[in-house]
Amino acid sequence: MKTLMLGNAAAARGIYEAGCRVVSSYPGTPSTEITEECAKYDEIYCEWAPNEKVAMEVAFGASVAGRRSFCGMKHVGLNVAADPLFTASYTGVNAGMVIGVADDAGMHSSQNEQDSRHYAIAAKLPMLEPADSAEAYEFAKFAFELSEQFDTPVFLKMCTRIAHSQSVVEPGERVEPAQKEYKKDIAKYVMMPGNAIRRHPIIEQRTRDLIEYAETTPLNRVEEGRDHKLGIITSSTSYQYVKEVCGDEYPILKLGMINPLPVKKIKDFAASVSLLCVVEELDDIIETHCRKLGLALAGKDVFPLEGEFSQNLVAEKLGLPVPAGVKLDDNIPARPPVMCPGCPHRGLFYTLSRNKCTVMGDIGCYTLGAVAPLSAMDVTLCMGASIGAAHGFNKANDGESENRTVAVIGDSTFMHSGMTGLANVAYNQSNSTVIILDNSITGMTGHQQNPTTGYNIKGDPAGKIDLEPLCRSMGINRVVVVDPYDLEECDRVVKEELAANEPSVIISRRPCALLKYVKPKAPVRVNPDKCRSCRACMRIGCPAVAIKDGKAHIDNTLCVGCGVCVQLCKFDAFENEGGTEND
Amino acid sequence: MTKNMMIVGVGGQGSLLASKLLGHLLLTQGYDVKVSEVHGMSQRGGSVVTYVRWGDKVYSPIVDKGEADYIVSFELLEAARYLDHLKTDGKLVTSTQQIDPMPVITGAAEYPSDLVDKIKALGVDIAAVDALTLSEEAGSSKTANIVLLGCLSNYFDFDESVWIEAMEACIAPRFIDMNKKAFALGRNSK
Repeated sequence: MKTLMLGNAAAARGIYEAGCRVVSSYPGTPSTEITEECAKYDEIYCEWAPNEKVAMEVAFGASVAGRRSFCGMKHVGLNVAADPLFTASYTGVNAGMVIGVADDAGMHSSQNEQDSRHYAIAAKLPMLEPADSAEAYEFAKFAFELSEQFDTPVFLKMCTRIAHSQSVVEPGERVEPAQKEYKKDIAKYVMMPGNAIRRHPIIEQRTRDLIEYAETTPLNRVEEGRDHKLGIITSSTSYQYVKEVCGDEYPILKLGMINPLPVKKIKDFAASVSLLCVVEELDDIIETHCRKLGLALAGKDVFPLEGEFSQNLVAEKLGLPVPAGVKLDDNIPARPPVMCPGCPHRGLFYTLSRNKCTVMGDIGCYTLGAVAPLSAMDVTLCMGASIGAAHGFNKANDGESENRTVAVIGDSTFMHSGMTGLANVAYNQSNSTVIILDNSITGMTGHQQNPTTGYNIKGDPAGKIDLEPLCRSMGINRVVVVDPYDLEECDRVVKEELAANEPSVIISRRPCALLKYVKPKAPVRVNPDKCRSCRACMRIGCPAVAIKDGKAHIDNTLCVGCGVCVQLCKFDAFENEGGTEND
Repeated sequence: MTKNMMIVGVGGQGSLLASKLLGHLLLTQGYDVKVSEVHGMSQRGGSVVTYVRWGDKVYSPIVDKGEADYIVSFELLEAARYLDHLKTDGKLVTSTQQIDPMPVITGAAEYPSDLVDKIKALGVDIAAVDALTLSEEAGSSKTANIVLLGCLSNYFDFDESVWIEAMEACIAPRFIDMNKKAFALGRNSK
């Protein structure tokens, strides 16, 4: 039956139908729903791993054991998993292994715009790139066949607009492949120099074989056009924009396998048109390949390296008309994302702001602590970087900055790659202060469980890692827990730990206000007669608090009664039922 | 001929349900459909946009500037923000609800005044609905999205039953009566 499916759900359906048995991933927009959808199929063992490296190693182990496996991640997650990736290319697979990676051109929810196709080239792995949900479904399913046929992990490359667009899919039935026999094969699977040296030429031959395959596979297809004065090579979402603008006017070489690229097919296509044009988002991967073949073309000299494409952008660059819209001549204020009302991070960041701390940030909702009026962040780099950065900052300052510098990191991010940073602080002894923002969930990506929550991906009870004994056993003697709704307590603890002459960990603990079990309290009330319009309540940047007609005003549809603003008012103009307690 | 719609609002206002319902409805009417959403960081109280496209064969998943036949907006400022995406003869259905963005809250910017009149003055076909009040009348402010769909339904030739069926397919049974009421209030508001 035809049904509308999110690209990620369609990929999950393909993974399911291919008989995949083991899925291990770390959440990351825009890849997360592939794994969440896989978890709905009982036939698949599915888990959130602590990070992408572990996820890929789990998928690899499952493949060696003879079961089809999958791991999913966002583009920057692939950096974390790059170590197993490059050598899994050498070992190859037993049962099919597919790696899902989702790029984020336009950076809707990412810290950079890197192009994952470079990894396919660098690790010498085939990469399939669907252009809608139907292809996400078909390619995901087919990737396992390709993996087994060529003895290689296979990439399934998504991007935001494919992953998070729904289009029509016609699902089929699951196949149940028999478990492949595991045969001990030291020469294939133990990658020490003597064996890896013998594997490398096998990988180069595999690539040559895959190039032959790319010449004839229906994954790469020529769509005929009426006018051969222009021919376009494209893939993924760029293909959709080209079709939207050009329809059937010009011939198109639509690439579904983006690595390795065919040679003869591209040369033949180029010879059939007067002007060759490559339309691809982000880097010039197809273009560089074409130029190596000696082809003249229009590519990144016309199209940008940055940001998402669209039909208007493609039309404009091809010299075609662009529609005119309605123009409103008014200054429209921006609406940047903000911490939610009742967000437990707010009180902690207010404390850091007040104490003029230098804040080494990390990746999660709490990166929004950088936004005005809190502006309580100095650095954000990648998952887990906060702790190493704080240590380095303090060492460079000969320890002089230790009394005002903190690292902030979420519970899930700490499990992902913060522990090694803390090990370094404990081992190489900087008096750094690390604040773990424990909101009992992986927040930004939409509430995924992690090793500290005590539940698995299906919501069933699972192993639980307790942060306090973990940090103590890593050599941190000072481990303190605070409630970020209690500003006085936060202030006292932050001051104490910054002053302490040894490393310390502050765990700022309160569950995410959006979790279903966190019940909102009655909205805070403002007594306008007591309000002196001092705007102290505006310093926390809560979307529920505003100044209306010169007085503090609470938006009752937004306020969850957390009471943080109540503590800021020196004139008792704010009232809430439960004081600052919200348990 | 491909038709284009945008659903815009503030993260957390329920645009995903509205687009799910429209996608379901248009698919059952025999169209090729694409619905494009935004997840992740921009959802946190930021400006959010969902694209819905339908026709014989839909290629691009997004709606670009000057392309929207319809814009449904859950918040007034967001209607103004995305107005440049509306075709010159496009239709705008907007809630009159105003949610201050952070630059307005902090005093760094002002919420523009008289937006409905300014948009009308441009000759735009606009239906401005007090969706928040109507949704509360229906039983919950969470049904404001359905009030707006009710208003939007006046621009379509589909029989009312088609909309009701789509609601029944996409909304949990225990909320269906409240949402039907919200839909009727929206449909009769124009």
